[in-house]
Amino acid sequence: MDKFTTLTAIAAPLNIDNIDTDKIIPARFLKTIKRTGLGKSVFADMRYNADGSDKADFVLNQEPYRKAQILVAGDNFGCGSSREHAPWALLDFGIRCIIAPSFADIFFNNSFKNGILPIALPEEICAKLREDAAMGGNARLTVDLERQMVVRPNGEEIPFQVDPFRKHCLLGGLDDIGLTLEHAAAIDSYESKIPAWTPKIQGA
Amino acid sequence: MPRTLFDKIWDAHVVDRLEDGTCVLYIDRHLVHEVTSPQAFEGLRMAGRKVRRVENTIAVVDHNVPTSAERLTEVNEPESALQIATLEQNVKDFGVTYFPMSDVRQGIVHVIGPEQGISLPGMTIVCGDSHTSTHGAMGALAFGIGTSEVEHVLATQTLLQKPAKNMLIRVDGKLPEGCSGKDIMLAVIGKIGTGGGTGYVMEFAGEAIRALDMAGRLSMCNMSIEGGARAGLVAPDEVTFEYIKGRPFAPKGADFDAAVAYWKTLPSDEGAHYDKIVELRAEDIIPQVTWGTSPETVIPVTGSVPNPADEPDAAKRAQMERMLSYMGLEAGQKIQGTKIDVVFIGSCTNSRIEDLRSAAAVAKGRKVAQGVRVLVVPGSGLVKQQAEEEGLAKIFTEAGFEWREAGCSMCLGMNPDKLTPGQRCASTSNRNFEGRQGPGGRTHLLSPAMAAAAAVTGVITDVRELI
Ligand code: SF4
Repeated sequence: MDKFTTLTAIAAPLNIDNIDTDKIIPARFLKTIKRTGLGKSVFADMRYNADGSDKADFVLNQEPYRKAQILVAGDNFGCGSSREHAPWALLDFGIRCIIAPSFADIFFNNSFKNGILPIALPEEICAKLREDAAMGGNARLTVDLERQMVVRPNGEEIPFQVDPFRKHCLLGGLDDIGLTLEHAAAIDSYESKIPAWTPKIQGA
Repeated sequence: MPRTLFDKIWDAHVVDRLEDGTCVLYIDRHLVHEVTSPQAFEGLRMAGRKVRRVENTIAVVDHNVPTSAERLTEVNEPESALQIATLEQNVKDFGVTYFPMSDVRQGIVHVIGPEQGISLPGMTIVCGDSHTSTHGAMGALAFGIGTSEVEHVLATQTLLQKPAKNMLIRVDGKLPEGCSGKDIMLAVIGKIGTGGGTGYVMEFAGEAIRALDMAGRLSMCNMSIEGGARAGLVAPDEVTFEYIKGRPFAPKGADFDAAVAYWKTLPSDEGAHYDKIVELRAEDIIPQVTWGTSPETVIPVTGSVPNPADEPDAAKRAQMERMLSYMGLEAGQKIQGTKIDVVFIGSCTNSRIEDLRSAAAVAKGRKVAQGVRVLVVPGSGLVKQQAEEEGLAKIFTEAGFEWREAGCSMCLGMNPDKLTPGQRCASTSNRNFEGRQGPGGRTHLLSPAMAAAAAVTGVITDVRELI
């Protein structure tokens, strides 16, 4: 996983509530056995016409947003399925940070596991950031994870909350499994106390 | 301190606690399917790791298997075939128990867990699928995870988690005829909204929930995720124990008795704290149907499609207008009488034997309306077998419904069963997002009985008029 420290980048405004995972990556693109290569299909149904051409009015089809690394979205972003293809597709497109009034739980979790920082901020602030984002190529947002600040193009700093453990993992690009295996002795001891009546799934 | 059902299951599974309150949570059951697992097994391989506990793990194919009678011999879409072949190689390499398409036990992962006695009360259950919440009806803490977490569970048998908040949904009173667990749940989602449960685990309680059979409870917990909650729960009771007894992977004999003794300690204590309580009266519930492209856009079948002009918030108004245009509906029109093209009876919400019985009760002696295609897709090979033995399959085929093999089918556009653009579907599944059942497809969520009513009349119909 790539580290996330400080990101200064173009932000794309996407002011739609309840963007679900079927919108982020429709089911027909889930038939991959790899994590990469989904960027061209991210938001496919919002982004392309039936003949495969770009929909001109979709923000990520416009300059400079084709190079956006930050998304400022609407409420309840990422609701729907557990598919990690959603953050994979966003990441493959180049998105490293999503700012929204709220996120669906599983999507929120999945983002951290892939080096994407989801930031929940009140709607009034998201509205301001979307205005900043709408200024296009002249505006950059900075996201400083160490200091937990979003810096607007006018220099105003907006603090945000992040879970300390997740922050630590993102800053270091750390793999959860390795960290968990540091608790191997505790897991062994837990397993030795599982009640004897617990069935095993074996011998189908 | 009095504890909730959720608190008890959580406490019993904490292996270790990190400084910031994150817990290493033990996972008793890990269900694996073909779509969200390939990258996880690949990760294990690259790191030289094994599956820590194959005896806690079960794999099945469901999302992109065809549901035609010829599916064992016909050629699948190449990418689907690759995902299935990849899973088969992975279960072989890592020694995981697996139900292939040719096994009568194969079916939708959330149907087979309870059916096989794999999902039991008090357990933690995960799967790389958001509708894992279904298994909460067994009195288990069950939730969906992403592929990185699938890999994490395969490697460590644990997850890093923080506890959720407790929400109580209490439904008292008696459910009127023609209504089911699905209708209660759609009403709940209509009331709290799709974000209403975010950060919570939802426990369903009250007289109307106690009166539901396991299938009704499973469909309610199934859709907790549509209400934003990661998990749903119903406290285990005699209905649960009776359901579990004798299932293939359930404890037997003295072990069963020991298990029941433990399970009886699980229900929430008197005075346990809930962070949020929502109350509904069962007798107020009318068969429900969705009109838009979010599960919260629910109205009673006797109601009308809302008018965006009545919505003061501009962003919401624009969203409603977009939904109406996608769905091809007029503001203010009555939902009853809306013409449909396809009916889908199936999915992990409503493909159990009880669901098929309630659809068959409406279909019996009637015929599919002209021009309507009806797919009935049992949740597992065993449900299919039982429905054939009970004569339900005959009722469906005589009514002109298609009787198919088990799988996710038209619940999501990932296998050959898809809507074509503009088609309108009365569906017993759980999501009505744009394109969910196929690009451009229009979905109305409803119960199995309501779906059967739509099938025989060709329009959205109040099933109470047919029973
Ligand atoms: S039936 Fe539908 S919701 Fe259920 S697991 Fe399959 S695709 Fe997901």
